[in-house]
Amino acid sequence: MIGKLILEDASEFEGISLGAPRSISGEVVFSTGMVGYPESLTDPSYKGQILIFTYPLIGNYGIPDKKYWESDKIQVSGFIVSNYIDTPYHQEMTLTLRKWAVKENVPFLEITDTRLLTQKIRTKGTMLGKIITKDNINFYDPNKENLVAQVSTKKVIQKGNGKKTVILIDCGAKQNIERSLLKRGVRVITVPWNFDPFDPKVHLRGVPQAQPHLEGGRLKQSESHDSFEVKFDGIVVSNGPGDPKMATKTIETIRKALASKIPVLGICLGHQLLALAGGGDTQKLKFGHRSQNQPCVLEKTKRCYITTQNHGFEVSKIPKGFHKWFTNANDNSNEGIIHQKLPFMSVQFHPEAAPGPEDTGWIFDYFLEKI
Amino acid sequence: MKKINKVLILGSGALKIGEAGEFDYSGSQAIKALKEEGVKTILVNPNIATIQTSDLLADKVYFLPIYKYFAEKVIEKEKPDGILLSFGGQTALNCGIDLYKSGVLAKHNLQILGTSISAILLTEDREKFAMHLRKINIPTPKSMAARNLNEAIKYAKEIGFPTMVRSGFALGGQGSGIAQNLKELEEIVKHALSFSPQVLIEQYLHHFKEIEYEVVRDKYDNCITVCNMENMDPLGIHTGESVVVAPSQTLNNFEYQTLRNISIKIVRSLGIVGECNVQFALNPEPTHNTPIDLYVIEVNARLSRSSALASKATGYPLAYVAAKLSLGKNLTEIKNKITGVTQACFEPAMDYVVVKIPRWDIEKFKGADEKIGSSMKSVGEVMGIGRRFEEAYQKAIRMLDLDFDGGTSDILLGNGKTIKNLLEVPTPKRIFAIAQAIKENISISTIYTLTGINPWYLERIKNIVLAEKNIPKNIKNLTKDQLLYLKKLGFSDKRIGQFMGQTGLKIRSLRKKYKITPSIFQIDTLAGEFEAKTNYLYLTYNGNHNDITPEKEKGVIVLGSGPYRIGSSVEFDWTCVNVANNLKKYKKSSIIINCNPETVSTDYDISDRLYFEELTFERIADIYDFEKPYGVVISVGGQTPNNRASSLKAYGARILGTDPANIDKAENRSKFSKLLDNLAISQPSWEKVSNIIAAIKFCDRVGYPVLLRPSYVLSGTLMRICHNKEELTRFIEEAAHISKEYPLTISKFIEKAKEIELDAVSQKGELITSIITEHIENAGVHSGDSSIVLPTQRVYSKTERNIERIGIMLAKELNISGPFNIQFLAKDNRLQVIEINLRSSRTFPFISKVTKVNFIGLATDSFFGKARKHEIKMPDFTAVKVAQFSFARITGADPMPGVEMASTGEVACFGDDVEEAFLKAEIAVGGKIPEKGIFISLGGEKNKINFLESAELIAKLNISIYATEKTSKFLSQNGIKTEKLYKLHEKKSPNILEYFLKNKVDLAINIVDANLSKDIDDDLALRRAAIDHNIQLFTNIKKASLFARALSSKNLDNLAIKSWDEYT
Repeated sequence: MIGKLILEDASEFEGISLGAPRSISGEVVFSTGMVGYPESLTDPSYKGQILIFTYPLIGNYGIPDKKYWESDKIQVSGFIVSNYIDTPYHQEMTLTLRKWAVKENVPFLEITDTRLLTQKIRTKGTMLGKIITKDNINFYDPNKENLVAQVSTKKVIQKGNGKKTVILIDCGAKQNIERSLLKRGVRVITVPWNFDPFDPKVHLRGVPQAQPHLEGGRLKQSESHDSFEVKFDGIVVSNGPGDPKMATKTIETIRKALASKIPVLGICLGHQLLALAGGGDTQKLKFGHRSQNQPCVLEKTKRCYITTQNHGFEVSKIPKGFHKWFTNANDNSNEGIIHQKLPFMSVQFHPEAAPGPEDTGWIFDYFLEKI
Repeated sequence: MKKINKVLILGSGALKIGEAGEFDYSGSQAIKALKEEGVKTILVNPNIATIQTSDLLADKVYFLPIYKYFAEKVIEKEKPDGILLSFGGQTALNCGIDLYKSGVLAKHNLQILGTSISAILLTEDREKFAMHLRKINIPTPKSMAARNLNEAIKYAKEIGFPTMVRSGFALGGQGSGIAQNLKELEEIVKHALSFSPQVLIEQYLHHFKEIEYEVVRDKYDNCITVCNMENMDPLGIHTGESVVVAPSQTLNNFEYQTLRNISIKIVRSLGIVGECNVQFALNPEPTHNTPIDLYVIEVNARLSRSSALASKATGYPLAYVAAKLSLGKNLTEIKNKITGVTQACFEPAMDYVVVKIPRWDIEKFKGADEKIGSSMKSVGEVMGIGRRFEEAYQKAIRMLDLDFDGGTSDILLGNGKTIKNLLEVPTPKRIFAIAQAIKENISISTIYTLTGINPWYLERIKNIVLAEKNIPKNIKNLTKDQLLYLKKLGFSDKRIGQFMGQTGLKIRSLRKKYKITPSIFQIDTLAGEFEAKTNYLYLTYNGNHNDITPEKEKGVIVLGSGPYRIGSSVEFDWTCVNVANNLKKYKKSSIIINCNPETVSTDYDISDRLYFEELTFERIADIYDFEKPYGVVISVGGQTPNNRASSLKAYGARILGTDPANIDKAENRSKFSKLLDNLAISQPSWEKVSNIIAAIKFCDRVGYPVLLRPSYVLSGTLMRICHNKEELTRFIEEAAHISKEYPLTISKFIEKAKEIELDAVSQKGELITSIITEHIENAGVHSGDSSIVLPTQRVYSKTERNIERIGIMLAKELNISGPFNIQFLAKDNRLQVIEINLRSSRTFPFISKVTKVNFIGLATDSFFGKARKHEIKMPDFTAVKVAQFSFARITGADPMPGVEMASTGEVACFGDDVEEAFLKAEIAVGGKIPEKGIFISLGGEKNKINFLESAELIAKLNISIYATEKTSKFLSQNGIKTEKLYKLHEKKSPNILEYFLKNKVDLAINIVDANLSKDIDDDLALRRAAIDHNIQLFTNIKKASLFARALSSKNLDNLAIKSWDEYT
């Protein structure tokens, strides 16, 4: 079946429709990673976007079991590949990519010249676009919506049983952030984006029943039978989709954390939110960074780290009291900030990787040392 | 780190199997990187055909053997303060280790740049390195050496069954096997121990995947992996023998990152500064609950073949960056030369896939075993680039330049072996057997079981086979969509046409009618993320746009040589690079087309545009159509581009240089013969025959011996000398199919004739410059295997004048513009022309560097009509070029050079006289000054008498001389004391093999009587034994005699240590 990708500038690209036979629209972006398409497709930061894979062969090893995904479903609105491989072979495979996409009702197209698409976006900047398989639909700008609210968890979930407790504010968190924290022996309480752990009136819903009552917590819930008290030692603000300025509730929460000097680690969107909470500013990049090979230099050192990135906005003004932590060696954009005295820090890249290099996993260790 | 001002760089010497052109690439890049930093460079490399030994690169070049002795002398003289060991392969590394261990480096306060020597030594010691890896919790396959059956059983039980049994010190994997149980183990071990002192009991990693990572680290601990690569063939086939794909195709993110993490961990643990390669075995089907099952199988703490491939696959200038890092630079201080805007500290993202396929020439070796495995036999490689695996794979197969029309070619099949056998036993035929098996409906899982090649790849090949099956019989039924799909899968026009009885050209015009043309894409290292200033290009049908615009009149296409092979090697890369350089003079953009990842011509900074592409007519024409250039140079890349002359001309391309019609006149035997007759130039009698009766009749008329050969070939496949009627008829009956369509060319073979060559440049028929070189060996040894002397030593001046006269006549007659070469036979003042090539010959770098007259510079001038006559001043020293043979690698092959070329590389050294130059050159290709004993076996009376004088010289060396019965008797009769040894088949003591084994012999001279083919067979085992025991072997009387003369008049101490510029 023939499908079309239509861009905002009216250019059209014909392709073969291989996924769910439906039309969708969103923001068109490209990623240059060569491995890890199941991770990318389930990354909530791609919410509302149509993802072009620049690596031409996609589908090679099928799709593994859900436990390996970055969230519980495909998050992109649709995606574009150059050469879909329908004969995967891998020990971990449970489904082909195509069957998975159909099952998840996500359309995707095989458009041969993905390089042309990439060059277009590189030159003209990120654009709105739509995948048309049957009926034509209107363009849709996901950045005008609060995407974070759409992808964030609705429940508070606690996992692990370390001595220290970290609140993970889920703005669209990749599963591997939680895995990375749990691996390091901390208790992780994942909360919705608009959950305010400092507000005693906040009502917690859906907390797993098996949760023990916690002693000496600062957070106390009393109105519901499934409520609990929790003492937490730090806050991790996750990655997530869209314009950071939409996530006002999260920014407020971070402000409170800063005020009460609770250690904070921001990742990707979380980095932008920390900057905003501290009085800094953010702006949209022309076409963003979506790749697994971004070099980031640790300030005042000669160390450079290869990082995974997926973001369309950047921190344009560093808040007072903070200084640069990391800088992108290619375009000098800001890649991290750290408070001059207090344990507040954030990175634009993904220390949890998945997909991509795991060279900055030490960021978690560094943060956990501070709590 | 102290400031480094002058650095010694060790090259890798002659090209040989296992160490080829990739080190010209890495050395050249290193020199450039160092020069940029203001560091003076001193290069030791006897490989005169390389680009790194050009005057534009190193500040000083020594054409000397890469051994401790010579390196130390150069160090004493040049007093460098740093040394680079990791840019010249294993040869340079070994030499460096010797220099270090003997204290030379410390004595001269020479700093090893880059990775520390202790790390290098650790990686070179298998056992210690395995211990090191275990210490940092990285698994390596278990391996234990057992000296008897009991030990073997004990170790096997420890490791667990099935287990791999390998016989230690046995060549070619003889006696190895897989034991499934105790009983099988006993059988294999008993057999192996019968001829080998020990067996290795190893963990058996059956059909594991083989994956490599190329890691770069700077001294600030920044670490990147430039590329990962997956071998299509499973573990057990050397990566140099495997089809290799980049990036990996069958690894998921978890596997990819786990292997990447381990690579980096190893590199950090070793403190590598520069480049390092890590090879893994990865279990494709780990047992349940094991997330990953892997072993590290090899680490190379230096630039390697794989790093050259990674560099060309990604566009990342690995060697250049490694050299900068070795000076203490930080990765972030180095710009990405490909983009011009981003950093060298990043990991390339590819938006294409590359497939490397080795090129083997095993059939060129008589008696060679075609099985491939854990040691290298291939002589070159190609790299196909595409946006589908099928496209890259089929391109690569055509790039091999062996007349394969793609992945479904069956020309190697059908020799009686079953498909199952071809699948199970790895040989160069296997990739074609896979396609055939799929055609025969053998299931993918069966093929997987037999080959160990991952089904992912098999499915891609199946896709090719299925698409081909659907090609209609009639061109009218070929739709536009189908044609486009076939092109996307990498089918050639020719192949598509074959199924419809149409020519490739017919498909081409249909394609153009449908507007199906390839897109031109850049390789930019970051998949289009940034706009890049790259000149690195490839063509793909999986695209709808071009990244670039045509050069038009400004551009000149230079066709490269394609894969290195026997008969065409780095010398033709030197010529291409030189044309590219010289085009600047004419304000032309050089557009190189080549497909060999081992070359310098495919470096990012050599040409204005590099098409990493096929040298097929179709592809050249595609590029020509797009670029609409000023012209095409076909005469500097060896025979492959030369063969495209007429088809390109017919297509309307402008050929710079000699008119292809005249090239045809020179290459077509009948036309050329007539031309010689008209000019009254003598040639050996010859005839083209189409049946055996005519063959016998001709031979009876001219007399034996005769030379048999087909025309239009470079290294003379199936070329052969026959000494009598029996040999002739046997050859025709057994080896040659002769018919009207495939006639056989027979020419009179003139014995004891000198072979002389004229290399020249002409412009519009007028000779611009020329030089005469002389072969040490008499005719009968292929010119590529011969030792060549400049200036000539024993050529009469009258003969030289005659040669020049003939050169002038032929240049005029053929209206030559550009380089050419004529081969002559001279006997008793009589001169005959054997052949003429209207292209640069393999001696062009040699003659250019010896005379300091750049013949390619003049040739380029001639393309523009600007060449001026150039008198060459004869050098006042002597240069000798000798061939490098790689017989040790080709198990079973007869190590005797003949009319078929067998050498894989060459070196040239300079001296005050021919003896000095020759001795240096022989040492440079692995020979040594004998110290233990010399074995002599002379077949036939004539050889004995002719060698007597040389034997007398050898006798004065005061080294034991051993000889076979008759030789011993003859020498004793002439007053030369020898010890008699029995031949191998005589099975009596003292036996030749025994002495070889006991290390009592370090030089073997075996001159066979060419008339007695029986003798040749008897001596084969002897020659093979010499090669297998690493004993220098001479089989040519002229060469052996010169060596004897050199030994009697020279020793190491009086070999001059002089740089190139001191000579010229």
